[in-house]
Amino acid sequence: MKLARRRRTLVAWGFSLPFVIVFAIFMLIPLATSLVMSFTDITARDIQTPFNVNFMGLSNYFKLFRDPRYLHSLGTTGIFVVVGLPLTMVVALAFAVTLNKGLRHVNAFFRALFYAPVVASTVAVSVVWRYILQKDGLLNTLLAIIGVQGPDWLHDTRTALPALMVMTLWRNMGTLMIIFLAGLQAIPEEVLEAAEMDGASEWRKFRSITLPLLRPTLLLGAVLQSVLYLQFFEESFVMTQGGPLDSTLSASYYIYEKFGFGQYGMSSAASYVLFAIIALVSLLQFRILKSED
Amino acid sequence: MSTAAVTMSPEISENKPSLWTRFRKAHGITYVVLSLVGIIWVFPFFWMVLGSLKTQREIMAVPPTLLPKNPTLGNFTQWFTQLHFGNYFINSLVVAVVTMLGNLVFCSMVGYALAKIDFAGKNVLFLLVMVTLMVPSVATFIPLFVIISNLHMLNSYFALILPFLTQPIGVFLMRQFMQSIPDALLEAGRIDGAGELRIFFQIVLPQCKPPLATLAVLTFLSSWNNFLWPLVAAQSNKMYTLPVALSLYSTGQNATNYSVLLAGAVLVVTPILLLFVFLQKYFIQGVTMSGIK
Repeated sequence: MKLARRRRTLVAWGFSLPFVIVFAIFMLIPLATSLVMSFTDITARDIQTPFNVNFMGLSNYFKLFRDPRYLHSLGTTGIFVVVGLPLTMVVALAFAVTLNKGLRHVNAFFRALFYAPVVASTVAVSVVWRYILQKDGLLNTLLAIIGVQGPDWLHDTRTALPALMVMTLWRNMGTLMIIFLAGLQAIPEEVLEAAEMDGASEWRKFRSITLPLLRPTLLLGAVLQSVLYLQFFEESFVMTQGGPLDSTLSASYYIYEKFGFGQYGMSSAASYVLFAIIALVSLLQFRILKSED
Repeated sequence: MSTAAVTMSPEISENKPSLWTRFRKAHGITYVVLSLVGIIWVFPFFWMVLGSLKTQREIMAVPPTLLPKNPTLGNFTQWFTQLHFGNYFINSLVVAVVTMLGNLVFCSMVGYALAKIDFAGKNVLFLLVMVTLMVPSVATFIPLFVIISNLHMLNSYFALILPFLTQPIGVFLMRQFMQSIPDALLEAGRIDGAGELRIFFQIVLPQCKPPLATLAVLTFLSSWNNFLWPLVAAQSNKMYTLPVALSLYSTGQNATNYSVLLAGAVLVVTPILLLFVFLQKYFIQGVTMSGIK
Protein backbone atom coordinates (compact mmCIF):
# COMPACT_ATOMS: atom_id res chain seq x y z
CA MET A 1 0.00 0.00 0.00
CA LYS A 2 2.71 2.42 1.01
CA LEU A 3 4.78 1.41 -1.97
CA ALA A 4 1.88 2.08 -4.32
CA ARG A 5 1.42 5.55 -2.90
CA ARG A 6 5.11 6.30 -3.26
CA ARG A 7 4.94 5.19 -6.87
CA ARG A 8 1.91 7.36 -7.49
CA THR A 9 3.66 10.34 -5.93
CA LEU A 10 6.64 9.77 -8.18
CA VAL A 11 4.46 9.56 -11.28
CA ALA A 12 2.46 12.64 -10.33
CA TRP A 13 5.54 14.75 -9.72
CA GLY A 14 6.95 13.45 -12.98
CA PHE A 15 3.90 14.89 -14.72
CA SER A 16 4.14 18.12 -12.77
CA LEU A 17 7.88 18.69 -12.99
CA PRO A 18 8.12 20.61 -16.29
CA PHE A 19 5.42 22.98 -15.09
CA VAL A 20 6.77 23.27 -11.58
CA ILE A 21 10.30 24.18 -12.69
CA VAL A 22 9.22 26.94 -15.07
CA PHE A 23 6.52 28.09 -12.66
CA ALA A 24 9.01 28.33 -9.81
CA ILE A 25 11.68 30.23 -11.74
CA PHE A 26 9.42 32.65 -13.55
CA MET A 27 6.53 33.07 -11.14
CA LEU A 28 7.16 32.02 -7.53
CA ILE A 29 10.75 33.23 -7.23
CA PRO A 30 10.05 36.62 -8.85
CA LEU A 31 7.00 37.05 -6.64
CA ALA A 32 9.05 36.44 -3.50
CA THR A 33 12.04 38.41 -4.82
CA SER A 34 9.84 41.38 -5.55
CA LEU A 35 8.96 41.57 -1.87
CA VAL A 36 12.61 41.23 -0.81
CA MET A 37 13.69 43.86 -3.35
CA SER A 38 11.15 46.30 -1.98
CA PHE A 39 13.14 46.31 1.30
CA THR A 40 16.45 47.13 -0.43
CA ASP A 41 18.02 50.07 -2.25
CA ILE A 42 18.53 48.08 -5.47
CA THR A 43 18.82 50.17 -8.63
CA ALA A 44 19.56 49.52 -12.30
CA ARG A 45 23.30 49.68 -11.50
CA ASP A 46 23.05 46.59 -9.27
CA ILE A 47 21.61 44.43 -11.99
CA GLN A 48 24.76 42.30 -12.39
CA THR A 49 25.26 42.03 -8.63
CA PRO A 50 21.75 41.82 -7.25
CA PHE A 51 22.86 40.43 -3.91
CA ASN A 52 25.22 43.30 -3.23
CA VAL A 53 22.58 45.76 -2.04
CA ASN A 54 21.68 47.33 1.28
CA PHE A 55 18.74 46.30 3.37
CA MET A 56 16.60 49.35 3.99
CA GLY A 57 13.71 48.01 6.04
CA LEU A 58 10.47 49.76 5.26
CA SER A 59 12.07 52.98 4.08
CA ASN A 60 10.99 52.51 0.45
CA TYR A 61 7.41 52.22 1.63
CA PHE A 62 7.72 55.34 3.80
CA LYS A 63 9.22 57.26 0.91
CA LEU A 64 6.48 56.02 -1.34
CA PHE A 65 3.65 57.16 0.87
CA ARG A 66 5.29 60.57 1.30
CA ASP A 67 5.45 61.01 -2.46
CA PRO A 68 2.39 63.07 -3.45
CA ARG A 69 2.67 61.76 -7.01
CA TYR A 70 2.35 58.19 -5.79
CA LEU A 71 -0.65 59.02 -3.63
CA HIS A 72 -2.10 60.81 -6.61
CA SER A 73 -1.56 57.74 -8.81
CA LEU A 74 -3.38 55.59 -6.26
CA GLY A 75 -6.20 58.11 -6.22
CA THR A 76 -6.43 58.11 -10.00
CA THR A 77 -6.53 54.32 -10.05
CA GLY A 78 -9.17 54.39 -7.31
CA ILE A 79 -11.42 56.76 -9.27
CA PHE A 80 -10.89 54.66 -12.38
CA VAL A 81 -12.09 51.55 -10.54
CA VAL A 82 -14.82 53.06 -8.38
CA VAL A 83 -16.44 55.03 -11.20
CA GLY A 84 -15.41 53.08 -14.29
CA LEU A 85 -16.20 49.57 -13.09
CA PRO A 86 -19.79 50.12 -11.89
CA LEU A 87 -20.53 52.00 -15.11
CA THR A 88 -19.20 49.10 -17.15
CA MET A 89 -21.24 46.68 -15.06
CA VAL A 90 -24.48 48.61 -15.55
CA VAL A 91 -23.99 48.77 -19.31
CA ALA A 92 -23.01 45.09 -19.46
CA LEU A 93 -26.07 44.12 -17.43
CA ALA A 94 -28.33 46.12 -19.73
CA PHE A 95 -26.89 44.35 -22.77
CA ALA A 96 -27.11 40.95 -21.08
CA VAL A 97 -30.75 41.40 -20.08
CA THR A 98 -31.64 42.60 -23.57
CA LEU A 99 -29.86 39.72 -25.27
CA ASN A 100 -31.33 37.13 -22.92
CA LYS A 101 -34.70 37.18 -24.68
CA GLY A 102 -35.79 37.18 -28.27
CA LEU A 103 -34.38 35.31 -31.22
CA ARG A 104 -31.47 33.07 -30.41
CA HIS A 105 -29.48 33.35 -33.62
CA VAL A 106 -29.86 37.09 -33.91
CA ASN A 107 -28.81 37.41 -30.28
CA ALA A 108 -25.70 35.32 -30.90
CA PHE A 109 -24.76 37.75 -33.67
CA PHE A 110 -25.15 40.79 -31.42
CA ARG A 111 -23.32 39.05 -28.60
CA ALA A 112 -20.33 38.54 -30.89
CA LEU A 113 -20.56 42.14 -32.10
CA PHE A 114 -20.49 43.62 -28.60
CA TYR A 115 -17.79 41.22 -27.49
CA ALA A 116 -15.45 41.99 -30.41
CA PRO A 117 -13.57 44.92 -28.77
CA VAL A 118 -12.44 42.57 -25.97
CA VAL A 119 -10.25 40.54 -28.30
CA ALA A 120 -8.59 43.58 -29.89
CA SER A 121 -5.21 44.67 -28.58
CA THR A 122 -5.55 47.53 -26.08
CA VAL A 123 -2.61 49.28 -27.71
CA ALA A 124 -4.30 49.19 -31.12
CA VAL A 125 -7.68 50.40 -29.90
CA SER A 126 -5.98 53.10 -27.83
CA VAL A 127 -4.40 54.41 -31.03
CA VAL A 128 -7.81 54.44 -32.71
CA TRP A 129 -9.52 56.17 -29.80
CA ARG A 130 -6.76 58.75 -29.55
CA TYR A 131 -7.49 59.58 -33.17
CA ILE A 132 -11.24 59.74 -32.54
CA LEU A 133 -10.80 61.93 -29.46
CA GLN A 134 -8.30 64.44 -30.81
CA LYS A 135 -9.30 68.08 -30.97
CA ASP A 136 -10.50 67.99 -34.57
CA GLY A 137 -11.37 64.33 -34.40
CA LEU A 138 -14.50 62.38 -35.17
CA LEU A 139 -16.22 62.91 -31.83
CA ASN A 140 -15.84 66.69 -31.84
CA THR A 141 -16.90 66.88 -35.48
CA LEU A 142 -20.10 65.02 -34.61
CA LEU A 143 -20.64 67.21 -31.57
CA ALA A 144 -20.19 70.31 -33.74
CA ILE A 145 -23.08 69.16 -35.92
CA ILE A 146 -25.44 69.45 -32.95
CA GLY A 147 -23.82 72.74 -31.98
CA VAL A 148 -21.61 71.59 -29.13
CA GLN A 149 -17.97 72.54 -29.03
CA GLY A 150 -16.17 69.56 -27.55
CA PRO A 151 -13.03 69.94 -25.44
CA ASP A 152 -9.60 68.62 -26.41
CA TRP A 153 -10.51 65.43 -24.56
CA LEU A 154 -7.09 63.94 -23.96
CA HIS A 155 -5.29 67.23 -23.28
CA ASP A 156 -7.71 68.57 -20.71
CA THR A 157 -7.16 67.53 -17.08
CA ARG A 158 -10.92 67.42 -16.51
CA THR A 159 -11.79 65.13 -19.42
CA ALA A 160 -8.73 62.89 -19.96
CA LEU A 161 -9.52 60.35 -17.24
CA PRO A 162 -13.25 60.14 -18.04
CA ALA A 163 -12.35 59.66 -21.71
CA LEU A 164 -10.09 56.74 -20.77
CA MET A 165 -12.89 55.29 -18.66
CA VAL A 166 -15.32 55.38 -21.56
CA MET A 167 -12.82 53.67 -23.82
CA THR A 168 -12.17 50.99 -21.20
CA LEU A 169 -15.90 50.51 -20.77
CA TRP A 170 -16.18 49.99 -24.52
CA ARG A 171 -13.30 47.53 -24.58
CA ASN A 172 -14.14 45.48 -21.47
CA MET A 173 -17.93 45.47 -21.43
CA GLY A 174 -18.15 42.28 -23.52
CA THR A 175 -16.51 40.07 -20.91
CA LEU A 176 -18.99 41.10 -18.25
CA MET A 177 -21.88 40.79 -20.68
CA ILE A 178 -20.94 37.15 -21.36
CA ILE A 179 -20.59 36.37 -17.65
CA PHE A 180 -23.92 38.03 -16.85
CA LEU A 181 -25.64 36.24 -19.72
CA ALA A 182 -24.46 32.92 -18.31
CA GLY A 183 -25.82 33.98 -14.93
CA LEU A 184 -29.17 35.02 -16.38
CA GLN A 185 -29.55 31.73 -18.20
CA ALA A 186 -29.14 29.91 -14.89
CA ILE A 187 -32.21 31.62 -13.42
CA PRO A 188 -35.06 29.08 -13.48
CA GLU A 189 -37.81 30.12 -15.88
CA GLU A 190 -40.57 28.92 -13.52
CA VAL A 191 -39.71 31.58 -10.96
CA LEU A 192 -40.13 34.34 -13.50
CA GLU A 193 -43.29 32.78 -14.89
CA ALA A 194 -44.79 32.51 -11.41
CA ALA A 195 -44.11 36.22 -10.86
CA GLU A 196 -45.70 37.01 -14.20
CA MET A 197 -48.84 35.11 -13.15
CA ASP A 198 -48.96 37.27 -10.05
CA GLY A 199 -49.03 40.26 -12.35
CA ALA A 200 -45.52 41.56 -11.68
CA SER A 201 -44.28 44.16 -14.14
CA GLU A 202 -41.03 43.69 -16.11
CA TRP A 203 -39.20 46.15 -13.88
CA ARG A 204 -40.58 44.54 -10.74
CA LYS A 205 -39.49 41.10 -11.94
CA PHE A 206 -36.02 42.43 -12.69
CA ARG A 207 -35.64 44.12 -9.32
CA SER A 208 -37.20 41.47 -7.08
CA ILE A 209 -36.14 38.27 -8.81
CA THR A 210 -33.45 38.65 -11.45
CA LEU A 211 -31.19 41.03 -9.57
CA PRO A 212 -31.11 39.14 -6.24
CA LEU A 213 -30.56 35.81 -8.01
CA LEU A 214 -27.83 37.38 -10.10
CA ARG A 215 -25.88 38.73 -7.13
CA PRO A 216 -23.19 36.02 -7.05
CA THR A 217 -22.60 36.50 -10.78
CA LEU A 218 -22.40 40.27 -10.39
CA LEU A 219 -19.85 39.89 -7.60
CA LEU A 220 -17.80 37.44 -9.61
CA GLY A 221 -17.77 39.84 -12.55
CA ALA A 222 -16.75 42.65 -10.23
CA VAL A 223 -13.80 40.66 -8.86
CA LEU A 224 -12.51 39.60 -12.26
CA GLN A 225 -12.77 43.05 -13.75
CA SER A 226 -11.54 45.03 -10.75
CA VAL A 227 -8.27 43.09 -11.00
CA LEU A 228 -7.94 44.39 -14.57
CA TYR A 229 -9.09 47.92 -13.80
CA LEU A 230 -6.65 48.21 -10.90
CA GLN A 231 -3.79 47.55 -13.31
CA PHE A 232 -4.75 49.97 -16.05
CA PHE A 233 -1.64 51.04 -17.91
CA GLU A 234 -1.70 50.58 -21.68
CA GLU A 235 -4.50 53.11 -22.15
CA SER A 236 -2.47 55.81 -20.37
CA PHE A 237 0.75 54.76 -22.03
CA VAL A 238 -0.58 55.13 -25.56
CA MET A 239 -3.25 57.82 -25.19
CA THR A 240 -1.94 60.32 -22.67
CA GLN A 241 1.44 59.18 -21.31
CA GLY A 242 0.00 59.72 -17.87
CA GLY A 243 -0.82 63.35 -18.60
CA PRO A 244 -2.01 66.00 -18.87
CA LEU A 245 -0.46 67.10 -15.55
CA ASP A 246 -0.54 63.51 -14.25
CA SER A 247 -4.33 63.39 -14.50
CA THR A 248 -4.19 59.84 -15.96
CA LEU A 249 -1.17 58.66 -13.99
CA SER A 250 -2.19 55.20 -12.77
CA ALA A 251 -0.50 53.09 -10.11
CA SER A 252 0.89 50.79 -12.81
CA TYR A 253 2.16 53.75 -14.78
CA TYR A 254 3.98 55.06 -11.71
CA ILE A 255 5.60 51.64 -11.18
CA TYR A 256 6.67 51.54 -14.82
CA GLU A 257 8.09 55.06 -14.56
CA LYS A 258 10.13 54.26 -11.43
CA PHE A 259 11.38 51.13 -13.14
CA GLY A 260 12.37 53.23 -16.14
CA PHE A 261 14.35 55.54 -13.84
CA GLY A 262 16.19 52.46 -12.56
CA GLN A 263 14.80 52.70 -9.02
CA TYR A 264 14.03 49.01 -8.72
CA GLY A 265 13.61 49.03 -4.94
CA MET A 266 11.03 51.81 -4.97
CA SER A 267 9.35 50.33 -7.99
CA SER A 268 9.07 46.92 -6.32
CA ALA A 269 7.59 48.48 -3.20
CA ALA A 270 4.98 50.28 -5.31
CA SER A 271 4.19 47.09 -7.21
CA TYR A 272 3.73 45.17 -3.96
CA VAL A 273 1.32 47.75 -2.65
CA LEU A 274 -0.72 47.36 -5.82
CA PHE A 275 -0.50 43.58 -5.56
CA ALA A 276 -1.65 43.73 -1.94
CA ILE A 277 -4.61 45.90 -2.94
CA ILE A 278 -5.54 43.50 -5.73
CA ALA A 279 -5.24 40.49 -3.42
CA LEU A 280 -7.30 42.25 -0.75
CA VAL A 281 -10.05 43.26 -3.15
CA SER A 282 -10.38 39.77 -4.57
CA LEU A 283 -10.27 38.18 -1.11
CA LEU A 284 -12.92 40.55 0.18
CA GLN A 285 -15.19 39.94 -2.76
CA PHE A 286 -14.76 36.18 -2.53
CA ARG A 287 -15.65 36.39 1.15
CA ILE A 288 -18.87 38.15 0.32
CA LEU A 289 -19.50 35.60 -2.40
CA LYS A 290 -18.95 32.69 0.00
CA SER A 291 -21.16 34.09 2.74
CA GLU A 292 -23.94 34.43 0.19
CA ASP A 293 -24.20 30.76 -0.68
CA MET B 1 -59.57 20.54 -24.03
CA SER B 2 -59.63 19.47 -27.65
CA THR B 3 -62.99 21.11 -28.33
CA ALA B 4 -61.74 24.34 -26.86
CA ALA B 5 -58.77 24.25 -29.16
CA VAL B 6 -60.98 23.64 -32.15
CA THR B 7 -63.34 26.49 -31.36
CA MET B 8 -60.40 28.81 -30.60
CA SER B 9 -58.53 28.39 -33.83
CA PRO B 10 -60.94 30.07 -36.26
CA GLU B 11 -61.07 33.13 -34.02
CA ILE B 12 -57.32 33.53 -34.21
CA SER B 13 -57.20 33.27 -37.95
CA GLU B 14 -60.01 35.87 -38.20
CA ASN B 15 -58.19 38.44 -36.05
CA LYS B 16 -54.88 38.19 -37.79
CA PRO B 17 -52.46 40.20 -35.65
CA SER B 18 -51.52 43.51 -37.18
CA LEU B 19 -48.07 44.09 -38.60
CA TRP B 20 -47.23 46.23 -35.58
CA THR B 21 -48.20 43.51 -33.11
CA ARG B 22 -46.14 40.98 -34.97
CA PHE B 23 -43.21 43.41 -35.04
CA ARG B 24 -43.50 43.85 -31.28
CA LYS B 25 -43.87 40.12 -30.68
CA ALA B 26 -40.61 39.55 -32.55
CA HIS B 27 -38.91 42.14 -30.31
CA GLY B 28 -38.70 44.47 -33.31
CA ILE B 29 -38.10 47.64 -31.29
CA THR B 30 -35.35 45.97 -29.29
CA TYR B 31 -33.58 44.92 -32.44
CA VAL B 32 -33.83 48.33 -34.04
CA VAL B 33 -32.22 49.86 -30.95
CA LEU B 34 -29.65 47.07 -30.75
CA SER B 35 -28.71 47.58 -34.39
CA LEU B 36 -28.18 51.30 -33.88
CA VAL B 37 -26.08 50.72 -30.77
CA GLY B 38 -24.25 47.93 -32.57
CA ILE B 39 -23.27 50.23 -35.42
CA ILE B 40 -21.91 52.76 -32.95
CA TRP B 41 -20.17 49.97 -31.03
CA VAL B 42 -18.14 48.71 -33.98
CA PHE B 43 -17.74 52.11 -35.60
CA PRO B 44 -14.25 52.64 -34.10
CA PHE B 45 -13.15 49.59 -36.12
CA PHE B 46 -14.66 50.99 -39.33
CA TRP B 47 -13.12 54.37 -38.61
CA MET B 48 -9.77 52.66 -38.14
CA VAL B 49 -10.02 50.89 -41.50
CA LEU B 50 -11.27 54.02 -43.31
CA GLY B 51 -8.46 56.10 -41.82
CA SER B 52 -5.83 53.52 -42.74
CA LEU B 53 -6.84 53.91 -46.40
CA LYS B 54 -6.54 57.71 -46.46
CA THR B 55 -3.50 59.62 -47.63
CA GLN B 56 -1.40 61.41 -45.05
CA ARG B 57 -2.77 64.68 -46.35
CA GLU B 58 -6.42 63.63 -46.22
CA ILE B 59 -6.20 62.27 -42.70
CA MET B 60 -5.31 65.79 -41.48
CA ALA B 61 -8.43 67.31 -43.08
CA VAL B 62 -10.74 69.33 -40.82
CA PRO B 63 -13.51 68.27 -40.66
CA PRO B 64 -12.50 64.66 -41.40
CA THR B 65 -13.85 63.02 -44.55
CA LEU B 66 -15.97 59.91 -44.06
CA LEU B 67 -14.81 57.82 -47.03
CA PRO B 68 -11.26 58.11 -48.36
CA LYS B 69 -11.24 60.26 -51.51
CA ASN B 70 -8.19 58.58 -53.00
CA PRO B 71 -8.03 55.22 -51.22
CA THR B 72 -4.43 54.09 -50.90
CA LEU B 73 -2.62 51.09 -49.52
CA GLY B 74 0.47 53.27 -49.09
CA ASN B 75 0.22 53.23 -45.29
CA PHE B 76 0.30 49.46 -45.31
CA THR B 77 3.19 49.33 -47.78
CA GLN B 78 5.08 51.60 -45.43
CA TRP B 79 4.65 49.07 -42.61
CA PHE B 80 5.84 46.27 -44.84
CA THR B 81 8.77 48.03 -46.47
CA GLN B 82 10.14 50.56 -43.98
CA LEU B 83 8.69 49.66 -40.60
CA HIS B 84 9.66 45.97 -40.43
CA PHE B 85 6.09 44.71 -40.03
CA GLY B 86 7.07 41.21 -41.13
CA ASN B 87 9.65 41.08 -38.40
CA TYR B 88 7.21 42.10 -35.63
CA PHE B 89 4.51 39.85 -37.00
CA ILE B 90 6.79 36.83 -36.90
CA ASN B 91 7.92 37.72 -33.37
CA SER B 92 4.32 38.02 -32.18
CA LEU B 93 3.34 34.81 -33.95
CA VAL B 94 6.28 32.73 -32.69
CA VAL B 95 5.81 33.96 -29.13
CA ALA B 96 2.05 33.38 -29.18
CA VAL B 97 2.24 29.91 -30.76
CA VAL B 98 5.02 28.63 -28.51
CA THR B 99 3.34 30.10 -25.43
CA MET B 100 0.11 28.41 -26.43
CA LEU B 101 1.70 24.99 -27.12
CA GLY B 102 3.75 25.14 -23.92
CA ASN B 103 0.68 25.86 -21.85
CA LEU B 104 -1.28 23.07 -23.50
CA VAL B 105 1.43 20.54 -22.64
CA PHE B 106 2.45 21.78 -19.19
CA CYS B 107 -0.99 22.64 -17.88
CA SER B 108 -2.64 19.44 -19.04
CA MET B 109 0.12 17.35 -17.45
CA VAL B 110 -0.21 19.07 -14.06
CA GLY B 111 -3.95 19.14 -14.46
CA TYR B 112 -3.93 15.38 -14.92
CA ALA B 113 -1.78 14.78 -11.85
CA LEU B 114 -3.99 17.06 -9.74
CA ALA B 115 -7.25 15.60 -11.02
CA LYS B 116 -6.52 11.91 -11.22
CA ILE B 117 -3.60 10.99 -8.98
CA ASP B 118 -3.59 11.00 -5.20
CA PHE B 119 -0.06 11.95 -4.17
CA ALA B 120 2.01 13.60 -1.46
CA GLY B 121 2.20 17.36 -1.97
CA LYS B 122 -0.92 17.55 -4.11
CA ASN B 123 -2.73 20.07 -1.95
CA VAL B 124 0.30 22.33 -1.61
CA LEU B 125 0.83 22.35 -5.36
CA PHE B 126 -2.79 23.13 -6.08
CA LEU B 127 -2.85 25.88 -3.46
CA LEU B 128 0.27 27.52 -4.91
CA VAL B 129 -1.25 27.52 -8.36
CA MET B 130 -4.55 28.94 -7.12
CA VAL B 131 -2.88 31.67 -5.08
CA THR B 132 -1.00 32.90 -8.14
CA LEU B 133 -4.16 33.05 -10.26
CA MET B 134 -4.62 36.68 -9.29
CA VAL B 135 -0.98 37.79 -9.43
CA PRO B 136 -0.69 40.64 -11.94
CA SER B 137 2.40 40.81 -14.14
CA VAL B 138 3.11 44.23 -12.70
CA ALA B 139 3.96 42.48 -9.39
CA THR B 140 6.68 40.27 -10.86
CA PHE B 141 8.18 42.06 -13.85
CA ILE B 142 10.98 43.85 -12.00
CA PRO B 143 12.68 40.78 -10.46
CA LEU B 144 11.88 38.93 -13.66
CA PHE B 145 13.85 41.56 -15.53
CA VAL B 146 16.81 41.12 -13.16
CA ILE B 147 16.65 37.31 -13.38
CA ILE B 148 16.32 37.21 -17.16
CA SER B 149 19.12 39.70 -17.66
CA ASN B 150 21.40 37.63 -15.41
CA LEU B 151 20.52 34.54 -17.42
CA HIS B 152 21.65 36.63 -20.44
CA MET B 153 18.30 36.06 -22.08
CA LEU B 154 17.03 39.63 -22.39
CA ASN B 155 16.00 40.59 -25.89
CA SER B 156 15.44 36.99 -26.96
CA TYR B 157 12.48 34.72 -27.61
CA PHE B 158 13.27 33.00 -24.32
CA ALA B 159 12.63 36.23 -22.44
CA LEU B 160 9.31 36.78 -24.21
CA ILE B 161 8.06 33.22 -23.86
CA LEU B 162 9.32 31.58 -20.67
CA PRO B 163 7.49 33.75 -18.11
CA PHE B 164 4.14 32.94 -19.76
CA LEU B 165 4.54 29.21 -20.33
CA THR B 166 2.83 28.26 -17.10
CA GLN B 167 -0.47 30.05 -16.74
CA PRO B 168 -2.24 29.06 -13.50
CA ILE B 169 -5.60 29.48 -15.21
CA GLY B 170 -4.63 26.64 -17.58
CA VAL B 171 -3.97 24.24 -14.72
CA PHE B 172 -7.29 25.18 -13.22
CA LEU B 173 -9.18 24.64 -16.48
CA MET B 174 -7.56 21.29 -17.22
CA ARG B 175 -7.91 19.95 -13.70
CA GLN B 176 -11.55 20.97 -13.55
CA PHE B 177 -12.36 19.18 -16.78
CA MET B 178 -10.27 16.07 -16.14
CA GLN B 179 -12.03 15.44 -12.84
CA SER B 180 -15.11 14.55 -14.88
CA ILE B 181 -13.30 11.78 -16.79
CA PRO B 182 -14.39 8.47 -15.25
CA ASP B 183 -11.66 6.61 -13.33
CA ALA B 184 -12.88 3.35 -14.85
CA LEU B 185 -11.51 4.50 -18.19
CA LEU B 186 -8.03 4.88 -16.75
CA GLU B 187 -8.30 1.60 -14.86
CA ALA B 188 -9.20 -0.19 -18.07
CA GLY B 189 -6.04 1.21 -19.61
CA ARG B 190 -3.95 0.05 -16.65
CA ILE B 191 -5.39 -3.44 -16.83
CA ASP B 192 -4.42 -3.52 -20.50
CA GLY B 193 -0.90 -2.81 -19.30
CA ALA B 194 -0.60 0.75 -20.58
CA GLY B 195 2.04 2.88 -18.87
CA GLU B 196 1.20 6.20 -17.23
CA LEU B 197 2.37 8.23 -20.22
CA ARG B 198 0.35 6.15 -22.63
CA ILE B 199 -2.74 6.50 -20.48
CA PHE B 200 -2.23 10.24 -20.45
CA PHE B 201 -1.60 10.67 -24.17
CA GLN B 202 -3.94 8.02 -25.58
CA ILE B 203 -6.82 7.97 -23.13
CA VAL B 204 -6.97 11.25 -21.23
CA LEU B 205 -5.86 13.86 -23.77
CA PRO B 206 -8.24 12.78 -26.57
CA GLN B 207 -11.12 13.37 -24.11
CA CYS B 208 -9.92 16.88 -23.38
CA LYS B 209 -10.48 18.61 -26.69
CA PRO B 210 -12.93 21.24 -25.37
CA PRO B 211 -10.75 22.61 -22.55
CA LEU B 212 -7.63 22.31 -24.72
CA ALA B 213 -9.27 24.38 -27.45
CA THR B 214 -10.42 26.95 -24.92
CA LEU B 215 -6.99 27.13 -23.33
CA ALA B 216 -5.34 27.42 -26.74
CA VAL B 217 -7.51 30.39 -27.66
CA LEU B 218 -7.08 31.98 -24.23
CA THR B 219 -3.27 31.76 -24.18
CA PHE B 220 -2.81 32.74 -27.82
CA LEU B 221 -5.01 35.80 -27.35
CA SER B 222 -3.35 36.97 -24.16
CA SER B 223 0.10 36.48 -25.66
CA TRP B 224 -0.77 38.32 -28.87
CA ASN B 225 -2.10 41.31 -26.93
CA ASN B 226 0.47 41.17 -24.11
CA PHE B 227 2.19 44.50 -23.60
CA LEU B 228 3.99 45.39 -20.36
CA TRP B 229 6.51 42.55 -20.30
CA PRO B 230 7.43 42.63 -24.02
CA LEU B 231 7.82 46.41 -23.69
CA VAL B 232 10.40 45.86 -20.96
CA ALA B 233 12.09 42.69 -22.21
CA ALA B 234 12.34 43.40 -25.94
CA GLN B 235 15.02 46.01 -26.26
CA SER B 236 15.58 46.34 -29.96
CA ASN B 237 13.69 46.49 -33.18
CA LYS B 238 14.68 42.91 -33.80
CA MET B 239 12.63 41.54 -30.88
CA TYR B 240 9.64 43.91 -30.70
CA THR B 241 6.22 42.31 -30.84
CA LEU B 242 3.40 44.05 -32.73
CA PRO B 243 1.82 45.93 -29.79
CA VAL B 244 5.24 47.12 -28.63
CA ALA B 245 6.20 48.31 -32.10
CA LEU B 246 2.88 50.08 -32.58
CA SER B 247 2.94 51.74 -29.16
CA LEU B 248 6.51 53.00 -29.60
CA TYR B 249 5.71 54.32 -33.06
CA SER B 250 2.56 55.98 -31.72
CA THR B 251 4.35 57.76 -28.87
CA GLY B 252 7.46 58.76 -30.80
CA GLN B 253 8.00 61.51 -33.33
CA ASN B 254 5.30 60.03 -35.57
CA ALA B 255 2.61 60.43 -32.92
CA THR B 256 0.35 62.41 -35.25
CA ASN B 257 1.00 60.37 -38.36
CA TYR B 258 -2.43 58.82 -37.99
CA SER B 259 -2.89 57.21 -41.40
CA VAL B 260 0.19 55.04 -40.80
CA LEU B 261 -0.75 54.47 -37.16
CA LEU B 262 -4.24 53.31 -38.07
CA ALA B 263 -2.82 50.98 -40.71
CA GLY B 264 -0.64 49.54 -37.93
CA ALA B 265 -3.70 49.11 -35.72
CA VAL B 266 -5.51 47.31 -38.55
CA LEU B 267 -2.56 44.96 -38.93
CA VAL B 268 -2.47 44.17 -35.19
CA VAL B 269 -6.21 43.70 -34.76
CA THR B 270 -7.18 41.87 -37.97
CA PRO B 271 -5.57 38.47 -37.29
CA ILE B 272 -7.28 38.24 -33.91
CA LEU B 273 -10.64 39.46 -35.20
CA LEU B 274 -10.47 36.83 -37.95
CA LEU B 275 -9.68 34.12 -35.39
CA PHE B 276 -12.57 35.41 -33.31
CA VAL B 277 -15.01 35.15 -36.20
CA PHE B 278 -14.06 31.53 -36.85
CA LEU B 279 -13.45 30.31 -33.30
CA GLN B 280 -16.06 32.42 -31.53
CA LYS B 281 -17.35 29.50 -29.51
CA TYR B 282 -14.01 28.94 -27.81
CA PHE B 283 -13.46 32.63 -27.10
CA ILE B 284 -16.82 32.81 -25.34
CA GLN B 285 -16.18 29.53 -23.52
CA GLY B 286 -12.88 30.95 -22.34
CA VAL B 287 -14.77 33.72 -20.59
CA THR B 288 -17.43 31.54 -19.02
CA MET B 289 -15.08 28.71 -18.06
CA SER B 290 -12.48 30.93 -16.47
CA GLY B 291 -15.14 33.17 -15.03
CA ILE B 292 -17.36 30.63 -13.39
CA LYS B 293 -15.27 28.82 -10.86
